[in-house]
Amino acid sequence: MIGGLFIYNHKGEVLISRVYRDDIGRNAVDAFRVNVIHARQQVRSPVTNIARTSFFHVKRANIWLAAVTKQNVNAAMVFEFLYKMCDVMTAYFGKISEENIKNNFVLIYELLDEILDFGYPQNSETGALKTFITQQGIKGQHQTKEEQSQITSQVTGQIGWRREGIKYRRNELFLDVLESVNLLMSPQGQVLSAHVSGRVVMKSYLSGMPECKFGMNDKIVIDKQGKGGTTDEAGKSELGGSSGKQSIAIDDCTFHQCVRLSKFDSERSISFIPPDGEYELMRYRTTKDIILPFRVIPLVREVGRTKLEVKVVIKSNFKPSLLAQKIEVSIPTPLNTSGVQVICMKGKAKYKASENAIVWKIKRMAGMKESQISAEIELLPTNDKKKWARPPISMNFEVPFAPSGLKVRYLKVFESKLNYSDHDVIKWVRYIGRSGIYETRC
Amino acid sequence: MPQANENRHIGSKMTDSKYFTTTKKGEIFELKAELNSDKKEKKKEAVKKVIASMTVGKDVSALFPDVVNCMQTDNLELKKLVYLYLMNYAKSQPDMAIMAVNTFVKDCEDPNPLIRALAVRTMGCIRVDKITEYLCEPLRKCLKDEDPYVRKTAAVCVAKLHDINAQLVEDQGFLDTLKDLISDSNPMVVANAVAALSEIAESHPNSNLLDLNPQSINKLLTALNECTEWGQIFILDCLANYTPRDDRESQSICERVTPRLSHANSAVVLSAVKVLMKFMEMLPKDLDYYGTLLKKLAPPLVTLLSAEPELQYVALRNINLIVQKRPEILKHEMKVFFVKYNDPIYVKLEKLDIMIRLASQANIAQVLAELKEYATEVDVDFVRKAVRAIGRCAIKVEQSAERCVSTLLDLIQTKVNYVVQEAIVVIKDIFRKYPNKYESVIATLCENLDSLDEPEARAAMIWIVGEYAERIDNADELLESFLEGFHDESTQVQLQLLTAIVKLFLKKPTETQELVQQVLSLATQDSDNPDLRDRGYIYWRLLSTDPVAAKEVVLAEKPLISEETDLIEPTLLEELICHIGTLASVYHKPPSAFVEGSRGVQHRRLPARAGSGESSESPDVGQPVGAVPDTPPAVIPSQGDLLGDLLNLDLAPPTSSAPTVTPSMQMGAMDLLGGGLDSLMGDESETPHVPSRMETQSPQSPSECSHPELGGDIAGSPAMGAGLASAPVVMPASLGAPVSSGLDDLFDLGGGVGMPTGAFVVPKTIWLPAMKAKGLEISGTFARRAGVIQMELSLTNKAMSVMTDFAIQFNRNSFGLAPAGPLQVLTPLSPNQTTEISLPLSNVGPVMKMEPLNNLQVAVKNNIDVFYFSCQYPISILFVEEGKMERQVFLATWKDIPNDNETQYQIKDCHLNSDAATTRLQSSNIFTIAKRTVEGQDMLYQSIKLTNGIWVLVELRVQTGSPNYMLSVKCRAPEVAQLVYQCYEMVLKN
Repeated sequence: MIGGLFIYNHKGEVLISRVYRDDIGRNAVDAFRVNVIHARQQVRSPVTNIARTSFFHVKRANIWLAAVTKQNVNAAMVFEFLYKMCDVMTAYFGKISEENIKNNFVLIYELLDEILDFGYPQNSETGALKTFITQQGIKGQHQTKEEQSQITSQVTGQIGWRREGIKYRRNELFLDVLESVNLLMSPQGQVLSAHVSGRVVMKSYLSGMPECKFGMNDKIVIDKQGKGGTTDEAGKSELGGSSGKQSIAIDDCTFHQCVRLSKFDSERSISFIPPDGEYELMRYRTTKDIILPFRVIPLVREVGRTKLEVKVVIKSNFKPSLLAQKIEVSIPTPLNTSGVQVICMKGKAKYKASENAIVWKIKRMAGMKESQISAEIELLPTNDKKKWARPPISMNFEVPFAPSGLKVRYLKVFESKLNYSDHDVIKWVRYIGRSGIYETRC
Repeated sequence: MPQANENRHIGSKMTDSKYFTTTKKGEIFELKAELNSDKKEKKKEAVKKVIASMTVGKDVSALFPDVVNCMQTDNLELKKLVYLYLMNYAKSQPDMAIMAVNTFVKDCEDPNPLIRALAVRTMGCIRVDKITEYLCEPLRKCLKDEDPYVRKTAAVCVAKLHDINAQLVEDQGFLDTLKDLISDSNPMVVANAVAALSEIAESHPNSNLLDLNPQSINKLLTALNECTEWGQIFILDCLANYTPRDDRESQSICERVTPRLSHANSAVVLSAVKVLMKFMEMLPKDLDYYGTLLKKLAPPLVTLLSAEPELQYVALRNINLIVQKRPEILKHEMKVFFVKYNDPIYVKLEKLDIMIRLASQANIAQVLAELKEYATEVDVDFVRKAVRAIGRCAIKVEQSAERCVSTLLDLIQTKVNYVVQEAIVVIKDIFRKYPNKYESVIATLCENLDSLDEPEARAAMIWIVGEYAERIDNADELLESFLEGFHDESTQVQLQLLTAIVKLFLKKPTETQELVQQVLSLATQDSDNPDLRDRGYIYWRLLSTDPVAAKEVVLAEKPLISEETDLIEPTLLEELICHIGTLASVYHKPPSAFVEGSRGVQHRRLPARAGSGESSESPDVGQPVGAVPDTPPAVIPSQGDLLGDLLNLDLAPPTSSAPTVTPSMQMGAMDLLGGGLDSLMGDESETPHVPSRMETQSPQSPSECSHPELGGDIAGSPAMGAGLASAPVVMPASLGAPVSSGLDDLFDLGGGVGMPTGAFVVPKTIWLPAMKAKGLEISGTFARRAGVIQMELSLTNKAMSVMTDFAIQFNRNSFGLAPAGPLQVLTPLSPNQTTEISLPLSNVGPVMKMEPLNNLQVAVKNNIDVFYFSCQYPISILFVEEGKMERQVFLATWKDIPNDNETQYQIKDCHLNSDAATTRLQSSNIFTIAKRTVEGQDMLYQSIKLTNGIWVLVELRVQTGSPNYMLSVKCRAPEVAQLVYQCYEMVLKN
């Protein structure tokens, strides 16, 4: 297991050093500094073996976090732990910076003592940790016996990510469906590859220990229910997307540890008791029937050896009532470009020599519209025999719907002990689709 | 309550960092005063300063008593700080550490479970014997504490204590208590108990500590659904060590583990993958569930690639293993391994590796387009690897070879130095894989000769020039240019240059005599490198004595290189699959390679598949477990290769190489007795085996120039055995040899090794069935061993009574065979018993011509009766060892025997090449006098001498690529011709 944990600043000075195992000596601290932080070359691997000692590191801003071991540890676990450690620190004192770490070093030692025992990660959910690691110190004495056992049962219990006794006057939850859509398209408009990777982020401000059930238009569930099944309970969200797709096929999804996985596996239902505040409920990936918000139609003509004519049309492919934002099209130009004249119908376009591209920006664009840009590119004559490789045209945008077609059908909240029902909870659903790597070859 | 946290946040904001800045002199003294202050706040401040100093590496151990004095406090924060100090310095001040014991023991009784746990947790970290003694009682109580938080802490503490004093833990019975905790009601207690037990079990490899059985497994699987993400990892990692009893249990565990594949924590996913990959091994492949499981594995593996880069790296290293073990899981997922612009370099390099593994005819166009992109990137290592990958694609997917070559040529045109060098190295491999196909590009390669400065690229280029010397007009000039700085080159280049010039000489002898002499003298006389000197001497000797043999050796056809390079060796792969997710899977090394001490030295194996008869997997699965049994025959060095290996070694002390020789000879002898010589001999001629052997020798250096080259030129050539073996017979060592004693050693060796000892032996057949001989069954065969004809008999008593008094006699026969001694059956043969007898025969008995010629009539007597039977012996047992005719005599004799005596036969479906045939025939005392090659047809001239002095001359014609041999037999006694033909058939086809 993890033998020790060190935190360094960018100069390689130790800010935190906690050793858990006898086989890790003080010299390990220096070994990492000399061989990794001060190494001349770029880091070639996040795992380094120095004299039979393995170092795992991650970097946040200019802070290095390193876990050390001499055993055959679970490497994936060590990295997951280091990320978790960062999350915990951020939750306690904000940004991970040298100043914040020095300001909170006693707290960090206390946390490290709690979440890592003999190198074995223990409960590291901030919700639970904040109940008893508070830096108030004196708290211990003022707790009643009930309070103490409540803490310990929560830390060790099945719902380690949430503490008991949370109360809100207004029970409210926010669901954000955030997707990034990736595309590679041939010049003829054929889709070479396309996928959506999405996340459902939830902010919950709910009292007590609410039992939640999340439903979306997952093809497997819808097919199982058959026609005329349950009515759409989402109600609150009238969302975009040009096609009225009933269900979507999800390639794969992963869930926050609060979700009961065996239930998902057997019934495909997503039920959980959520952590308090913001967290990522699930991630998913789809590859089928993706709504491609924009289509790019390129036309490149070479006029002799010193001139290039480029025409690019973009078409928006979603409901006319919706607006896409932050649209940016980047049209690559050859290295030997000497001058560019651009005419565009909408937005602003500029040749950026440093990026070897014409960058065309449009602030807003409604669905089912099209716009066009044409450019004349003058080239310097070269004796380079090599042809210009014509990199793809790439695009950025943001649209207010989920390109995968995912819809939230319901999120039901049950809290039997407190007197509020599902109807009293105010729910907000938002869909944001962003471009990932969205490219069209020309 | 969130408000409370806000306060703390602000409260500590401006305070703590100041502790890092105190660096003045007399600091320790000041701290001491502050620690002993009456004010609580001041004390706490002082302790914080001490901890800060400790963190940055200052020695504050002098403050030990003062800090320990602060321990008795109600302030939890202060207490924790003091504990932290204690853990760091207790070992250096053991006597003073005792002072803390009382507080610990008291704290373990505290009503607050958090304090009880803190005390037991800290105590376990203080590695001082005297303290450990006091630890036992509190620990025992804590293990049974009512509060789960204390129990889960105590569980880990047992592991800590075990690390300090294993005996104590056993004596105190903590292990049993720990085992009980596996049934605890609290999932976290279970998880920590599992973790602690697993760790302790690792240092007791043979103890049945974890005692995994279906009941305990069930408990673990239940806890799996309830505990924290970390606990799930501990449990899954522990489960992976279990071996289910049968496929049904295996399936039910798999079913309960698969939900974990949807966990957001990548480590949980990877550990679940490990369990599934291992247990899958036991499922019958025709099971529906098996297919379902395979399909379920792909999506989570792909999802891992959207994790943070460090985890992606771990995932990719593991996927690399999984793809080798079960290529079908990810074969449709090529695209997700395409490199993204923003990937860190370590992710890029790993993705590239997997792309090559997944490359197939279906996706090769896409892969190549990608690789071409990568070759124009900035990072040198990445670009090199991409170029190399293009070459590997060419070798792996034949259809793409042409496109790959043209891509590589485009890259060479870029003139980027390292790209050019890398491209040349891979093109050399492509030449090896597809001979006579892409040599048109040689001209382009030669243009870049001057820019090559890396040894590997230089060696590759020299190899190309030497190999294709006849097509390169100025090959001699090119090689000569390298020769100028011969001694400054690396060994790799020197060896290559030597071989290339010898090749050139053999191809264009007239113009390059001077060059070859120059390089030979550079290599032998001016070099200190034994490898180089030895190779030089061998060439020199070969060239000066027998240029024909030299040609056969140096210009021999090279075995094709393997398609799948750098695969992990199957047993290691299996072990690594059992370590998915761990460091071992990241390093691709077994834990014993990087873990000290007893931990992790245990080798893990995949479980054997349950179910009937399915020992190996279907061929499309790549490197199945079943492939392992195939390797041993390839490992036994056949003679040609053994010599090749010896040539690789330093030849100087013949004594040291002797042991290498003997095992193989013994092996041969043993095989002979078992009648299984064919496997040994057959191996030599089947070229596909050769590359596989080379691969096992150097799995990590697939395209390294020196290895395949040596293998190709010397070791890999079957001609070598024959060539060297015949050398001492043809010429005395003194003849024209440039030097020296080392060479004599070599030829001694050659003589020893090259002389085959045994001929092919027909398996025993039944000569006398039991029903014809009152229960005595005789089966047998003939063999010639070390010049002695042997009749090998098996006598089986199938009657009800004991048999005794055996004797044997032969009737007169064509070659005067007679028993050289009595038939020795030592003990009476009881019912159902079999005895094996080897009866030496002489050829001085009475002669009478039999029909057929090799017919032998035998009489066997025992206490019951006398029995008669007849059998036929292969004429090869009559071929004497002195059957090699002088060349001149051969020519004369051939002419002398009238053409009427010549008989022609055709041997069909024989797939040996002429060299392999030579070797094999020689082991049956059929000697090749000369070899002539005319228009792709090898003519072998061979001589045989029978025991009665009759000479048989043979011409064997082998057409390359045709399985049919033409055999012309000339003999003064034409009756034997038919038998000789039968003998050839038998030897060549078995």
